Amino acid sequence: MTRAAAAIVRKDLLVELRTGEAVPAMVLFSLSTFVIFHFALDRDSLSGELAAGVFWVTLLFASVLAIGRLFVPEREQGGFDGFLLAPVDRTAMFVAKAIVLLCFLVAVEIVAVPAFAILLLGPSPWGALPGLIATLVLVDLGVAVIGTLVGALGVQARARDLIVPILLLPLLIPVVIAAARATSPLLLEAGAGALPGRWLGVLALYDLTFGLVAYAIFDFLLED
Amino acid sequence: MAAADAAPAAVELHDVGRAYGDRVALSGVSLRLEPGRTLAVFGANGAGKTTLLRILATLLRPHAGDARVLGLELPREAWKARGRIGLLAHEPLLYRDLSARENLRFHARLHDVPLQRGEALLDAVGLARRADEPVRDLSRGLAQRVAICRAVLHEPELLLLDEPLANLDPAAAETVDGLIGRPAGLARVLISHDVEAGLAEADQVLGLRGGRPVLLAGASEVGVADVRGIYR
Amino acid sequence: MFGRGLRLLSILSVVLVTGAFALVFFYAPNDADQGFLQKIFYLHVPLAIVSLCGFVAGGVYAARFLRSGDRAHDLRSYVAIHMSLILAVATLVTGSIWARASWGHWWLWDEPTLVAFLIVFLLYACYQPLRFSIEDRDRQARYAAVFAVVAGAFVPINFLSVRFAQRATTHPRVLGQSDALPGPMLLTFLVSLLAMTVLYVTLCKYELTSKHASIRLAQLRRRLAGDDDLLALPRSAAPQEL
Repeated sequence: MTRAAAAIVRKDLLVELRTGEAVPAMVLFSLSTFVIFHFALDRDSLSGELAAGVFWVTLLFASVLAIGRLFVPEREQGGFDGFLLAPVDRTAMFVAKAIVLLCFLVAVEIVAVPAFAILLLGPSPWGALPGLIATLVLVDLGVAVIGTLVGALGVQARARDLIVPILLLPLLIPVVIAAARATSPLLLEAGAGALPGRWLGVLALYDLTFGLVAYAIFDFLLED
Repeated sequence: MAAADAAPAAVELHDVGRAYGDRVALSGVSLRLEPGRTLAVFGANGAGKTTLLRILATLLRPHAGDARVLGLELPREAWKARGRIGLLAHEPLLYRDLSARENLRFHARLHDVPLQRGEALLDAVGLARRADEPVRDLSRGLAQRVAICRAVLHEPELLLLDEPLANLDPAAAETVDGLIGRPAGLARVLISHDVEAGLAEADQVLGLRGGRPVLLAGASEVGVADVRGIYR
Repeated sequence: MFGRGLRLLSILSVVLVTGAFALVFFYAPNDADQGFLQKIFYLHVPLAIVSLCGFVAGGVYAARFLRSGDRAHDLRSYVAIHMSLILAVATLVTGSIWARASWGHWWLWDEPTLVAFLIVFLLYACYQPLRFSIEDRDRQARYAAVFAVVAGAFVPINFLSVRFAQRATTHPRVLGQSDALPGPMLLTFLVSLLAMTVLYVTLCKYELTSKHASIRLAQLRRRLAGDDDLLALPRSAAPQEL
C-alpha cells in the first residue's frame, strides 16, 4: 500500500508543482483575508484571543479551497478507474490524498504565518512559535483527515462546491475551538504565556478518532 | 482423449445483470470466453456494452447471476483479478497535466511494474519523441496510443477494449495491433461500432439491445447483416 | 415489514404522552427559582436526549448497512436521522424559549450544551442535501451511510470539546445532577423521557412503513408496466430506493 500511496502523492505534487493552482490560491486567499479582517475589525494589530481567532479561521477557510478540488482530477480524468484497476489496497488513496492535503497546508502556512505576524499580530511571534508549530501540526492532521473524507464525499455530489463547505465546517469546529484556546495565551500582548496542554490533548483525540474512522470507512466511497 | 483444458475460461457469465437505481442496464447475459479468444460486443448506445465491460473490469459489481473472470468469482475474488486485466475505456484515463511518460510511470508504480516497460511501450507506438509533452497537448489519436500503452503496461491476461481503434489512423492501428490485436494472443472483449472490422477480429459475437442479449454466436456463424439487425 | 407492533406502540405512545403531560401539569411541583416556566424542561431535555441518541442510532444502522449491504438498514438510518433532526430543531427552539424566559436572552453562547447541540444540528442538516445531491441511488445510500458514521463519531467529540471550552455554565446539567432533582420532579422527568422515546420510535416506524409501502408500490407499478423486474436487485429483500 505504501508504494501505491507514494505513487499517488508523487503524482499529485507533480501536478501541483507544474500547474500551481491550489497553493498559490490558498496563499492569496489567506493574505486577502488578513487584509479584510484588518478593515472589518478596524484594528491595526491583534493579540490574544482575537489574534488566534482570526488566524485559525483564515486557515480553515483557505483549506476549504484545497479540499473542494482534492479529488476532482480523479473524478474527471478517470483517475478513480485507473486506481481501482490496480492491485492495491484502496485505503492507499485515502492516505495519499491526506498527505497531499497536509503538504498543501504546510506550504500555505509557511507563508501565512509570517504574513500574519507582519500584518496583524501585535506582540512578537517568536515566543509563540514552538507552541504554534505544535498546534499547527495537530490541526493540519485533523484537517487532512476530515478534509480528505469530505472531499471524497463531495466529489460525487451534484453541487460539489456547495456541499463541501457546509459539510466541512461543522466537523472542524472542535478543531477551531481547540486551536484557538490553545494558542490565544501564546499571543498575548504581555508576552507568550504557557500553552494549555489539554487542548493539544483534545486535538490529538480528534485526530486519532477521525483518523481511525476515516481509515475504516474510506473504502466504501470507492466501491461500486 | 482430449486433455481437459487446465486454464480456466477467461470470462464465464451466467445470467448476469446489473441495475443503476431503477434502471436495469444489463440482464440475462451468459457467455463463455476461452483464453486467447476474442469476443466482439455490438449494440446501440445505451444497450449495456459499457456496463458489461466495467463488470468484467471489476469496476462494477454484478447485481444478479454469476460472473467469473480468469476463473475468479466476482465480486468476492475481484481483488485477485486486478492487475491481470487491462481496460481501454472510452476515456483515456490519463492525467492531462502530466506527460505520457509521467502517466505511464505513475501506472507502472501503481502496478509494481518496472518503469522501463513504459519506455519500451512508448517506443513501440512511436511516441518516444513526444513523450514529455503534457497529454492535453496531444491529439486524440496520440492520446489514444498512450492509453493503449497504459492498458497493456502490466501485461494483462484479459483485455477489455472499448472502441480501441477510434481516433487512430491506419498506420497507428497497425502499430498497436501487436499490443492489443489478435497477434497479442490475449483473451479479448472488444466493443466496436465498425461491424465488419469487429466481426473480422472476433471468434464470438454478442449483440445487446436494451441490456438483453439478442445475439450470441460464433463469429463464423453470423454475417454482417445479422449484426446490423441488432441496431434496429 | 417494518410495521410489526405499530398499533401497540401507537397506543403506548398516546398513553405515555398523556401520562407525562398529566404529571407535568398536575403532579410535578413548581420549581423554586424559575416557577412555572421551568416545566418546559420536561419537554426540552427529553427532546435533546432522544434526538442525540437517534443520531447515534442512525450512525449504527449506517455502519450495519455498509457491512451487510442490506438496504433495510439504510432506510432505518435515514429515518432515524431525519426524525432526530426534527427533534433537534424542537430542542433548539424550546431551549431558546426557556433561555429567554429564564435568563432573558434568546441565545446564550455560555451554554456548552446548547452550543454543542447547535453544531450537531448544523452537521446533520447537511445529511439530506448530501443525500439528494447524489443521483445514483446505490452510491447515494453508501455515501450517506459513510457520512452518518462519521457524524455519529463526531457527536461525543463535539460535546466534549465544547464543554471543555466553556468555563462557567449556567445551563442546568440534568443528567449529572439527577440526584439533585427532588423525587416528584425526577419521576416526571423519567416518564417524560420514556414518553418521548416511545413517541420517537413510533414515529420512526410510521415513516418506515410508509416509505416501504411507496417503494413496493413503485415496484409493482413497474412490474405492471412490463419493465424488467426479473432481476432480484440488489440481492436482498430490502427496499431498493429511497
